[in-house]
Amino acid sequence: MATVTQSRDIEFLKKQARTVRIEILKMLAQAGSGHTGGSLSAADIVTALYFYKMRHRPDNPKWPERDRFILSKGHAAPLLYTVLALTGYFDKSLLNTLRKTGSPLQGHPSSKMLHGVEVSTGSLGQGLSIANGMALGLRLDKSPARVYCLLGDGEIQEGQVWEAAMTAGHYVLDNLCAIVDLNSLQIDGRCEDVMKIDPVAEKWKAFNWHIFEIDGHNMEEIVTALDEAEKIKGKPSAILAKTVKGKGVSIFEGKVEYHGLAPTKEELEIALKELGGNGK
Amino acid sequence: MGSREEKSAVNTQQSTVESQSFAGQAVATRDAYGAALAELGKRNEKVVVLDADLSGSTKTAKFAKAFPDRFFNMGISEQDMIGTAGGLSLTGKIPFASTFAIFETGRAWEQIRQTICYSSLNVKLVATHSGITVGEDGASHQALEDVALMRVLPQMVVIVPSDGFETKQVIDTVADYEGPVYVRLGRAKVPAVMPADYKFRIGKAYKFNIGRDVNIIANGIMVSAALQARELLSKEGIDAGVINMSTVKPLDTEILLEAAKISKLIVTAEEHSIIGGLGSAVSEFLSENHPISIKRIGTRDTFGGSGKPDELLKLYGLTAEDIVKTVTEFMRK
Ligand SMILES: Cc1ncc(C[n+]2csc(CCOP(=O)(O)OP(=O)(O)O)c2C)c(N)n1
Ligand SMILES: [Mg+2]
Repeated sequence: MATVTQSRDIEFLKKQARTVRIEILKMLAQAGSGHTGGSLSAADIVTALYFYKMRHRPDNPKWPERDRFILSKGHAAPLLYTVLALTGYFDKSLLNTLRKTGSPLQGHPSSKMLHGVEVSTGSLGQGLSIANGMALGLRLDKSPARVYCLLGDGEIQEGQVWEAAMTAGHYVLDNLCAIVDLNSLQIDGRCEDVMKIDPVAEKWKAFNWHIFEIDGHNMEEIVTALDEAEKIKGKPSAILAKTVKGKGVSIFEGKVEYHGLAPTKEELEIALKELGGNGK
Repeated sequence: MGSREEKSAVNTQQSTVESQSFAGQAVATRDAYGAALAELGKRNEKVVVLDADLSGSTKTAKFAKAFPDRFFNMGISEQDMIGTAGGLSLTGKIPFASTFAIFETGRAWEQIRQTICYSSLNVKLVATHSGITVGEDGASHQALEDVALMRVLPQMVVIVPSDGFETKQVIDTVADYEGPVYVRLGRAKVPAVMPADYKFRIGKAYKFNIGRDVNIIANGIMVSAALQARELLSKEGIDAGVINMSTVKPLDTEILLEAAKISKLIVTAEEHSIIGGLGSAVSEFLSENHPISIKRIGTRDTFGGSGKPDELLKLYGLTAEDIVKTVTEFMRK
């Protein structure tokens, strides 16, 4: 299986992100259920991680020095599966089995069933603690590897996230980078209405984190933040990425109902047209 | 990986940790844990320990003192502690995460389910202060549900050691076992019950003897009560056997069948609710595989309370006399 082609070239990454979106939508439509909005909102960030920033070896998923990615917002599984397939962890045809009985592509990621998934997630609020543990373990081993953890903005309403935020600050985990997908929406509506999370940046700062505030769809800003975060010593880094839920497809953008709805056949056609590809 | 200087520093620390087997010694299982863990830390560099602001009580403080770099106090945040332990295991460490049993299994239950068991992570959950012998702190601090909570989880191994000697062996054994384990320990000093030649194995119960009339399947502090009950029953002409079922999951079904086939009655005895613990596990197995009369000794759908451990054991019906009464009443019928 091919090892991943990585580049910092912005045009290359934008092209990959478009392909990632197309694959996400195709697999969701095929599955008939799954999480569209939150997979699309984080697509640029996760593309930048897998196609540029992270040191990883798709042909050797357990390579000890690999950088780790924890998808704390496990419902964005289609996004994770797509980048894993496109970077060569498994054959792309497997994407057609999403959510099907017996498939390793479970509704939420299962590390026991699929190479490349570091740990099973799906119950929100737990990923950052796991990322902390990995960062502590890697530091004990004097490993150069870094740990990345993606959280949703609704997810940070979970108390455990702030226990973990405190831990990362206390243990000075500068080999850790949290990324918060600030798409403003959760299931029951806008975060602002369901349970106010603002001011987000001040919260992370207060827990002794170094923060970056970026446009989560601007590839240049994403890769710059990822590069800068690596240089921050003495604090964990959090990239607070302002995003649009359902980004890339006008009929899904900013629509709370597409949190957990898969595209219909007709919607998929519209989407593919907009994304400028039939998926090939 | 470490420099020579670090190595020698570790060596001097090691000499302060002496080896203790606890054979024949009356000791709290938490004390045996503290000592066993510190010793294990010396032998195995992969062992790391987490605690949630109770290291003095759980006795992980001993490890913390000897190996400060491999000890993580997580503060009062049990859910975060479980996740962090999971992350550490994913880098090849062998994490032991400790706090009081109710906070470990109750507060962080879903974290244990999702992060530890579903991913089948190599994390050892060793909780102290289980049962009513916690004493004066009362119900809020007395876990009577923890075995039920852990037993229901796929992948989880559940062990309830009976004394210090067995605890020491359990700790050494689970460190070498790959996968999630829950070990239930206590606060109060307990008598030594296991013979000096006893060797603990996961899933293997210890047969003191098989009785022709009744067999008492016990674990934890109730093994000692069962042994006393055996003596009292023999005076009344009742032949009682005692089995230490320290591993509740996986259950030693072979010994259970042997005991059930020979006697008229099986009694289970545990310092835990009769709902969901050892009594339930035994009943579930026997009712499907060898139906026989079963009586369960344990707390009965109730919370604990404050008091002296010995008084509480009487109040909640967890003494040798309670076992005897249950057996003789059955025999009279
Ligand atoms: C502990 C837990 N509670 C509830 C859910 C159900 N759930 C799944 S996604 C979601 C909303 C998540 O919102 P957010 O974190 O903002 O994710 P995004 O908008 O990026 O999709 C909820 C409540 C869950 N998966 N886990
Ligand atoms: Mg959101």
